[in-house]
Amino acid sequence: MLNNLTKSHEYPGKLLVVEGIDGSGKTTQLGLLAKWLAAEGHKVFVTEWNSSALVKAATKTGKKKNALTPMTFSLLHATDFADRLLYNIIPPLKAGMIVLADRYAYTAFARDATRGVDRQWVRELYSFAVRPDVTLYFRVPIDVSLDRLMARRVKLKFYEAGMDMGWSANPIESFRLFQGKVLDEYDRLVEEFGLNVVSAVGSITEQQRVVRDLVARHIHTTHVVESAETPDEQHV
Amino acid sequence: MSNTSEADAVIDGPTNGGIKPGKYYGRSIPYLPINGYPGKLIAVEGTDSVGRTTQIELLREWLEVKGYGVVETGWTRSPLMQPTIELAKSSNTLNKLTFVLLYATDFADRLEKEIIPALKAGFVVLTDRYIFTALARAGVRGVDRAWLRNLYGFAIAPHLVFYLKVDVDTLIGRVLGSRGMDFWESGMDLKHGDDIYDSFRAYQQKLLREYTSMADEFHFRTLDARRSIDKIQDELRRQVQAFLEP
Repeated sequence: MLNNLTKSHEYPGKLLVVEGIDGSGKTTQLGLLAKWLAAEGHKVFVTEWNSSALVKAATKTGKKKNALTPMTFSLLHATDFADRLLYNIIPPLKAGMIVLADRYAYTAFARDATRGVDRQWVRELYSFAVRPDVTLYFRVPIDVSLDRLMARRVKLKFYEAGMDMGWSANPIESFRLFQGKVLDEYDRLVEEFGLNVVSAVGSITEQQRVVRDLVARHIHTTHVVESAETPDEQHV
Repeated sequence: MSNTSEADAVIDGPTNGGIKPGKYYGRSIPYLPINGYPGKLIAVEGTDSVGRTTQIELLREWLEVKGYGVVETGWTRSPLMQPTIELAKSSNTLNKLTFVLLYATDFADRLEKEIIPALKAGFVVLTDRYIFTALARAGVRGVDRAWLRNLYGFAIAPHLVFYLKVDVDTLIGRVLGSRGMDFWESGMDLKHGDDIYDSFRAYQQKLLREYTSMADEFHFRTLDARRSIDKIQDELRRQVQAFLEP
């Protein structure tokens, strides 16, 4: 069996990943991180979860008709991931660039397990993935993430709220139930895959400082690490 | 992957030889328990031009006359994935991993929406190609075999797998006599060269070797597909009857 996810890669580039539920602020943090790294003179490439053109049509059809089962949902996302890994992630890594991934295989591990797919099966499914150099997991209580999403007046998306599980007809209640279980799954992953937990409750600037401290340990920058805390001490 | 996972994979994996017809090969779909379903799953496998479709039509007719409810399914026919697979094939942008995963998604869709409900309702499900086609094609392309077997661990082991076997020369004659050689069936993506005949021959030979190597692992019942349609059908009926009405 492949074991790429547990083995360091040998590409000259660096792979940085942000993870977290919707409303955790991870995309904002990723954006600031990208700005900083580019200003430091690095070549940066950003890739987002579920964004390849190849599977867009199928995902759209499936979502529109509410036709995706937990297994097809899982496999479609893995297909998208494989496509991006081979076209958008590995080539920049080979070229010595910094790849920033907004969600990675861990999103699949957390969500698919929550939907009732076999945990080990999903892990083996993604065993062809490249192990990230740093994974930042933005941990946030459900209420904080819901408040953020509501403040932005975003309509909770069907699958993000786990409406396909039929646990509640109320999108907010469904989000709470579904993402609550996703958070539990993420907690398993922290230890299993050594994710760095960043408390996503603090201010954007505070979080970004923590992020840059962590990243500066792996990537050459002019940044002076201010705190000597280890990632484990950053738990919420 | 953690250490425990590899140990688990060995215990649960389909390569362990503990294949039980009508059960999941490996790691199940936890939310779809299938124990005790009365239906039967019969797979007809083989390369191009071995007459699978014809044999299935005849078998279906015969089974229905005998009073069995029959459902047919095939490879890459799910409404969810068909457009995407066609698009990917025509644009030639598939790499081997996405190729494998697209087909697995398509299969999962059919398994959950056609095959499992039909087995639950007591139908005889005739499938024109099954996961072995995917395993053979991916195997030829160098995809990790253990990974592939884990991927398809959610497939249900058929009660019967018939493998219609031909030699490569017969195969070439039949393909040229019908619709000709196409890009994918010739394995042109493997870039063995520009000559489609040489590529087809080399590719199909490798495929045949893959099928042969799976015969024991997956309990194939191998039939000589060089014989006449009627002869093959007689043999199929004899074996199906012996299984359904022992």
